[in-house]
Amino acid sequence: MNLQVNQHLMPKLNRRAFVIGTATAGAGLALGLDLPFGGPAVVRAADGAPEVNAPEVNAWVVIRPDDTVVIRIARSEMGQGTLTGLAQLVAEELECDWSKVTTEYPTPGQSVARKRAWGDFSTGGSRGIRTSQDYVRKGGATARVMLIQAAANEWKVPATECKVSNGVITHTPSGKTTTYGKVAEAAAKLEPPADVKLKDPKDWTIAGKGLKRLDTVDKTTGKMTYGIDVKLPGMLNAAIKDCPVFGGKVKSFDEAKISGMKGVKKVVPVGDSAVAVVADTWWHAKTALDALPIVWDEGDNAKVSSETIAKWLAEGLDNAQPAYIGNQNGDAKAAIAGAAKKVEAVYSYPYQNHATMEPMNATVLYTPQKCEVWCGTQNGEAAFAAALEASGLPADKVDVHKLMLGGGFGRRGMTDYVRQAVAIAKQMPGTPIKLLWSREEDMQHGKYHPITQCKLTGAFDADNNLVALHYRLSGQSILFSVRPEALQNGMDPAAFQGVAQSGEAAIGYSVPNLLVEHSMRNPHVPPGFWRGVNVNHNAIYMECFMDELALAAGQDPLEFRRKLMGKNPKHLAVLNAVAEKIGWSTPAPKGISRGIAQVMGYGSYVAGAAEISVTDGSKIKVHRIVASTDPGYVVNPAQVERQIAGSFVYGLSALFYGGCTVKDGRIEQTNFDTYNSMRINEMPKVESVMVPSGGFWGGVGEPTIGVAAPAVLNAYFAATGKRIRSFPLRNQNISFA
Amino acid sequence: MANLKINGKTITVDVEDDTPLLWAIRENVGLTGTKYGCGIAQCGACTVHVDGVAMRSCGVTVGETAGKDITTIEGLAAGGVMHKVQLAWIANDVPQCGYCQSGMIMAVAALLKENPKPSDDDINDAITNICRCGTFQQVREAIHAAANA
Repeated sequence: MNLQVNQHLMPKLNRRAFVIGTATAGAGLALGLDLPFGGPAVVRAADGAPEVNAPEVNAWVVIRPDDTVVIRIARSEMGQGTLTGLAQLVAEELECDWSKVTTEYPTPGQSVARKRAWGDFSTGGSRGIRTSQDYVRKGGATARVMLIQAAANEWKVPATECKVSNGVITHTPSGKTTTYGKVAEAAAKLEPPADVKLKDPKDWTIAGKGLKRLDTVDKTTGKMTYGIDVKLPGMLNAAIKDCPVFGGKVKSFDEAKISGMKGVKKVVPVGDSAVAVVADTWWHAKTALDALPIVWDEGDNAKVSSETIAKWLAEGLDNAQPAYIGNQNGDAKAAIAGAAKKVEAVYSYPYQNHATMEPMNATVLYTPQKCEVWCGTQNGEAAFAAALEASGLPADKVDVHKLMLGGGFGRRGMTDYVRQAVAIAKQMPGTPIKLLWSREEDMQHGKYHPITQCKLTGAFDADNNLVALHYRLSGQSILFSVRPEALQNGMDPAAFQGVAQSGEAAIGYSVPNLLVEHSMRNPHVPPGFWRGVNVNHNAIYMECFMDELALAAGQDPLEFRRKLMGKNPKHLAVLNAVAEKIGWSTPAPKGISRGIAQVMGYGSYVAGAAEISVTDGSKIKVHRIVASTDPGYVVNPAQVERQIAGSFVYGLSALFYGGCTVKDGRIEQTNFDTYNSMRINEMPKVESVMVPSGGFWGGVGEPTIGVAAPAVLNAYFAATGKRIRSFPLRNQNISFA
Repeated sequence: MANLKINGKTITVDVEDDTPLLWAIRENVGLTGTKYGCGIAQCGACTVHVDGVAMRSCGVTVGETAGKDITTIEGLAAGGVMHKVQLAWIANDVPQCGYCQSGMIMAVAALLKENPKPSDDDINDAITNICRCGTFQQVREAIHAAANA
């Protein structure tokens, strides 16, 4: 059995270092590109107006003569609300009129040309707001100071005598007023202040409020342009098939069989593993591709199945096998050996596909002089680096135009689809090519939630105190294949998300003897960052096992946890918040069972408590989930609520319906009929309790996904006495009621 | 060649009769508000109205729908006035990524036409569209809001 690691998927260069290096080298370059969708400076603002005469006060703020404020957003909007939240933070410091705010994306190429003026474009790890809040707020504050100074200069008065509210500047002693739109051009010529003071969040009036999203209207009329909707003059459409076995290659394809089919323009190899058909319409391209005989060289990976992977991972649970230690104190193995009572359980969590509603796609116009890409991406700079590499052109001849994402969840942080689109367009210079994956291609060529197993052993003294916990993971590392440069002496630190010693995903429990370790085993199926990433399985393993330990100790699951959380007051606070809200101290309504869970991830503390009923032992109705989060600060509570509820849909869909299996080296699931997703009839009532404690900035999009599944599983145990340790639930004949 | 009556206009498209209506709408007519999600009538992102009935346009062909009254998301607002479902969607800030929402809105508009005051159970039975962002809580609130508008 050859279960080789997926070395072939390693990137050839460190993309981040490459982009930053390019930025330095490219400083001061004029792009001089003809951008079909763009104004002269940046892509057109969300409201579609051209930016020709609008002065840029600084990189973040453009103000039009009619007082419209255009706020530049570097991170990507994929539904999570970051676009609106970041605009709120800038507008808060700018003191502008929120009703006059619109947004636009700078392109990565422009950022490169301006010494990375907009910082990091990457939108993953729930970082969109928390890691850019500081400099975007400074951008807003700096612009405000310059605008006030420009008014003061015009009036020949000290700026200290002027104040601003809603974009209207007033000279207090004289009562004279002007607006941002009138002074923006003069402000743009001023030197920015060296330092600005940011508001105390308790004084916020725009940020911190549940304002409506800025991008809603076009999403209700069909006007919003996603990558799949791009239209360029003379554009052709491509459908693609990559070798169904990861790591396999194309041996041959019989182009003659389809060359006469309607609309077909060209059949092209894409790298050594894929074939694309280019046609007038995508439907013609796809129809012809389905008829194209392709012979694959599937290689040794074709021998791999879910069973062989499970066997290999199970071997890693054996203490004799090498493992990386992620968190330890005391001597867990010795304490377990000498304990009065032991509890042991083995859990596993499967591969999951992102299944964004919009399948992967990118549109590319390549000529030997330039390469332009239009796509939804969670990381404009990574897409830019991919286009640079795939096109072979220099940085000033490449750019990426970001469009709305029809879902990201981590999938669109990867650039495989961009590289493919460039590779196709390069074979048809001068013709814009839109590459769109079929749902089947998307389902079978994901970057999957990694597969793991976990053996947990807990040990008690004679008084039922937990004296030791051994948490032994076996399975796949994401960083190993996606960002090998981030490994630490071979160890994947992210594997310990939620059970780490300290940092943004720290364990909430203090156990006298603790050992958390990871036997890394990397099957050939490519892993990726899937909403919640390693928090998903770590929270299920730890939080379900905490209930198993509580049972063994004869204690209430909440009380059992509380005793171990004295040194982690923020973890405890959110747990207490959900316990109170769900009424844990009072009996559940008749027929209802409760479960509880907590975890820390992405810098935020989260907890969940579920109420379910079970019929026939196998039909689950999730009535209600109460969630609590402490992300430090809440920029838009309405959007946080939506992210919490949305994360539950994503996490529970995976728990009940998900699970990608491997047969003959390929993923078996092909579409939503075999990889289903929750519908409205299965949606529980979600209640959110936000307890932002301030002093730190945590993420929102992902952390709460970790608590939905264990809270429901613990409630299922409470209802039935059955502990489920292998997922998805459909494999256990458990379904939604 | 087929004549498609879309949003009140008859448009002649040069496609084979067995082309899924979805792709004729998107690629030949050029209306891209109707989305591709699965191609097998599972997800509902491509929902349009055919003679007033919500249909998954990936699952019907041009041949089957030629000559019938087809309404897409772009044609839902009549005479420049937004449909009450669209207004409720905006008021309740429903969409996240928004990709499934054209289909969701079309499915809901058809439901309300048939059942002006649907109960939660009616909604559960009628609305089977997939939303991977998980907007269902807002969708439900907005359906009730539109029903009461």
